[in-house]
Amino acid sequence: MSATYDEVVAKYDPVLGLEVHVELNTNSKMFCSCTTTFGAEPNTQTCPVCLALPGALPVVNEKAIESTIKIGLALNCSIAPFSRFARKNYFYPDMPKNFQISQYDEPICVDGFVDVEIETDEGPKQFRVEIERVHMEEDTGKSLHVGGATGRIHGAEYSLLDYNRAGIPLVEIVTKIVPGTGKYAPEVARAYVAELRDILRGLGVSDVKMEQGSLRCDANVSLKPMGSEVLGTRSETKNVNSLRSVERAVRGEMIRHADLLNEGKKVKQETRHFQEDTGLTRSGRSKEQAEDYRYFPEPDLIPVAPDAAWIEELRKTLPERPSIRRKRLKEEWAVPDKEMAAMINADVLDIVEATVLLGCDPTKARTWWLGEISRIANEKDVAIAELSITPADVAEVVSLIASGELTDKLARQVIEGIIGGEGNAKQVIDKRGIKVVNNDDELIAAIERACAAQPETAEKVRNGHIPAAGALIGAVMKDTKGQADAAKVRELLLGHLGQSGN
Amino acid sequence: MSSLSRDDVAKLAALARIEMTEAELIELSSQFGMILDAVARVQDVNLDGVKPTSHPQPMLNITRPDVVAPSLSPEDALSGAPAQEDQRFRVPQILGEAE
Amino acid sequence: MINKTAAEMADALSKGETTSLALTQAHLDRISAVDSKVKAFLHVDKEGALAQAASVDAKRAKGEKLSPLAGIPLALKDVLAQKGVPTTAGSKILQGWRPPYDSTVAAKLKAAGVVIVGKTNMDEFAMGSSTENSGFGPTFNPWDLTRTPGGSSGGSAAAVSSFQTPLAIGSDTGGSIRQPAALTGIVGVRPTYGAVSRYGLIAYSSSLDQAGPFGRTVLDTALLHEVIAGHDAHDATSINADVPAVVAAAKSGDVKGLKIGVIKQLQGEGYQKGVQTRFDESLKLLASLGAEIVEVDCPNFEYALAAYYLIAPSEASSNLARFDAMRYGLRVGDKDGASAEAVMNITRDAGFGREVKRRIILGTYALSSGYYDAYYGSAQKIRTLIIEDYAKAFAKADVLVSPTAPTTAYKIGEKVDDPMAMYLGDVATIPVNLAGICGMSLPAGLAEEDGLPVGFQIMAPAMQDQRLYQVGAALEAALNSKWGAPILSNAPSLGGAA
Repeated sequence: MSATYDEVVAKYDPVLGLEVHVELNTNSKMFCSCTTTFGAEPNTQTCPVCLALPGALPVVNEKAIESTIKIGLALNCSIAPFSRFARKNYFYPDMPKNFQISQYDEPICVDGFVDVEIETDEGPKQFRVEIERVHMEEDTGKSLHVGGATGRIHGAEYSLLDYNRAGIPLVEIVTKIVPGTGKYAPEVARAYVAELRDILRGLGVSDVKMEQGSLRCDANVSLKPMGSEVLGTRSETKNVNSLRSVERAVRGEMIRHADLLNEGKKVKQETRHFQEDTGLTRSGRSKEQAEDYRYFPEPDLIPVAPDAAWIEELRKTLPERPSIRRKRLKEEWAVPDKEMAAMINADVLDIVEATVLLGCDPTKARTWWLGEISRIANEKDVAIAELSITPADVAEVVSLIASGELTDKLARQVIEGIIGGEGNAKQVIDKRGIKVVNNDDELIAAIERACAAQPETAEKVRNGHIPAAGALIGAVMKDTKGQADAAKVRELLLGHLGQSGN
Repeated sequence: MSSLSRDDVAKLAALARIEMTEAELIELSSQFGMILDAVARVQDVNLDGVKPTSHPQPMLNITRPDVVAPSLSPEDALSGAPAQEDQRFRVPQILGEAE
Repeated sequence: MINKTAAEMADALSKGETTSLALTQAHLDRISAVDSKVKAFLHVDKEGALAQAASVDAKRAKGEKLSPLAGIPLALKDVLAQKGVPTTAGSKILQGWRPPYDSTVAAKLKAAGVVIVGKTNMDEFAMGSSTENSGFGPTFNPWDLTRTPGGSSGGSAAAVSSFQTPLAIGSDTGGSIRQPAALTGIVGVRPTYGAVSRYGLIAYSSSLDQAGPFGRTVLDTALLHEVIAGHDAHDATSINADVPAVVAAAKSGDVKGLKIGVIKQLQGEGYQKGVQTRFDESLKLLASLGAEIVEVDCPNFEYALAAYYLIAPSEASSNLARFDAMRYGLRVGDKDGASAEAVMNITRDAGFGREVKRRIILGTYALSSGYYDAYYGSAQKIRTLIIEDYAKAFAKADVLVSPTAPTTAYKIGEKVDDPMAMYLGDVATIPVNLAGICGMSLPAGLAEEDGLPVGFQIMAPAMQDQRLYQVGAALEAALNSKWGAPILSNAPSLGGAA
């Protein structure tokens, strides 16, 4: 019988450690000039360097170093005056050199922190997540497993390798252990990754798309009995690729560890793989012996020694910290707490801000993005950012409503059309023949037709039974294909039936 | 006298991904004592306070601008492949998981 | 024609006395005549060579400005990638591989109109000092076909000393250009680390490797040095500075007032008598030309060999990891559902030779956790001490000198089962590589006891490569007048039409 989460946190104190890998969005790879565009045909973005052909040599991408220093600064790290690349030696077919160029004992950024805020039973509470190091390395190629069950590595007959991704710059951000989160460990883990993602996005150094793998999180979890000072054995859950999964993976591992400990068993120090469908982790194939990576300074590369002037120049380019920005926007837009949280949760802050910057009213911008557009995104099961509607589209729709050219109801049709790929607001209006029927004569004609069709209802209204008007208004709206302003129809109808003033 | 046993050599060979025959393992372990004695002479010097040299020229910060250059054609990229399929390198089944 | 120097050939080409096509054909004929005995080449690219020769002739006919070595044949050590031409680094694991790209050295040679006639034999991945470790059989010393030409660039040295090409490229990680030059009676230079791009040079030990020129004269070697040297953005360790004026230095050859330092640790005990005699004689000649001879002390050189045999295998164990049967080269054992891991293991055992495996295992050990500080870490500190020894010595002398190798060429098979004896042959050349400086070997005569060539080594500080040529040219001229002819004129004809 598995322990409930409440039982787990009553008995044990979780300790977190998070390693996040971020693909930088440089134009070219870390050590060669191949392009980094996502989704290209296999092996079209490779060269002697990233294929590790005999004789090829790496040369560091300057922008990657700059981006990493910026990340370090944004995470309150010290930038090392002298840092070096090192070779991490291990054999794996998706890694062409059979060593990864990484950093070992001389990383470029050390000792930073990120503050995250989460909702607790006692209201919002801040946790500090300390950063141990930020270092540069390179990504591996991708393998496709053929034969066996659905592309899984187990039981595959052979594998096919594509090295387009090999050599894409990666930055690894490693936290110190995060104690003291108690029952909020899953939320803190999630909030940390979310905050990191927002910081990186703000810096413009990465696409930070977890679903495409440009931001990947490995979560280390261990439990210690309440009050104990001794750290428990940790498990490392790999490649957790959504914010929700981070939370689920940490929670799941806490329960799994507690179950083992409760049964008097030991937690195995191992790598686990998160499974999106079940929310559980499974054990990775354990190695016969611990890898000995035989790190040594990469002799093909020269040490990196950023001078103070360069660092200060980069510091000047740093944008506003996301937490500060959120506070500022909340005040500027006068958003209630709950709504602000909803926006952050739905990840629409950037897009709402972009819409507001185009002159749109903040409340209206927020309502559209968080309401109708979010609804459609949910329906289609895609991220809002992936819909083809832009802040400019929303700003235009809002301004058309303000000028009376669209009603709210019509505006929803226009938005649906834009998302459906029918063009911008004007084009959708033209194509669909959408217009607000404001012409009184047309509306009166429609009202007369409705009253003629439902004489008894018209009579009721004429006799003062106002609620009966609803059926007639509906008929008029139907007659005008929803293009009339309902409020106006009501006003005219009641006047027509001698009930003006109501 | 330093030495490496046959099993020590076998462990190193596994790390280096070389499937050695029994004869090779034994030959290497018999030669290693002499070789290790010779290289262990680096420990005869007092090296306190001596900085290690990993690069013969004292250079710093050699980088390239973030500019894309043409890649190899996929035909060239795969030209040496022992086996290929669908413009990918075909390799035997992979056992362990990626790092 | 093939007995002339490259400079003379270039002169004849520019005067229209011959064509590159004729010159190239003459060398291809010589290769056909003698290489079945010498085995200098792993691959002869007849069509490619003749096409390049024809193209240079056409340009010359049109009056285009050409580089000084345009149209001259050259042999390229098989450690350098040449697009479309088999490149193996002497290893079965790369058999059949044709690089889809040019090394920077190959690209520079092509751009200068140099005619690359083929790829030369070498110790597998440049690991060795006799070319016996080639995966494709040994090369034989043209002076005595029962002896080794030295190594690892034995094929290149043998090609030049047997008049199969006037010029060749080698690579020198611990003496692999200078030692075979010494053992075959020619000139070989290891340029300053970073002076010649390593891009496309199949790595043995990244922090020690350097490609360099072979020639039969100091001037020819300088002409080739100038073609291949220079900054390359594809090599992060490449030095961004002007190429030292090596050709001008080779033409001047004035040593008056120059201070020449004799390294106490690199002579005497352990050096063959005939080697020491020719070395001492050369010193006297240099003194007679007005150079000042001083003795310098380099106490840490005693540990150079040990440091080298830790650093080079360590880097090699990592550099050679890419040969894994996945993307190129040999694949063995891919059957019956064998895993990728098993195929890697089997292929690396089958594809690598004994010495390569020995060094990979040694390097894996030296880097492994718990041993790193004692071995690799200590070796890197010894490296610092050797650099300091050189700095002190160069404060007293403009160049330093020693015999290139302790002995003349030894018999094939003599040391093949005794790795330590083989390693000791590199004792005088290795310090240059550890310090990243430059060195030359040039012939100092024949040893009395065996009639085989003796090499004289000159060393200069980083990016002072011109000093090698300045001293080398002076000594070469003095030796030629002492012996009455170039030393190589004593080499056997090998029955070919030399």
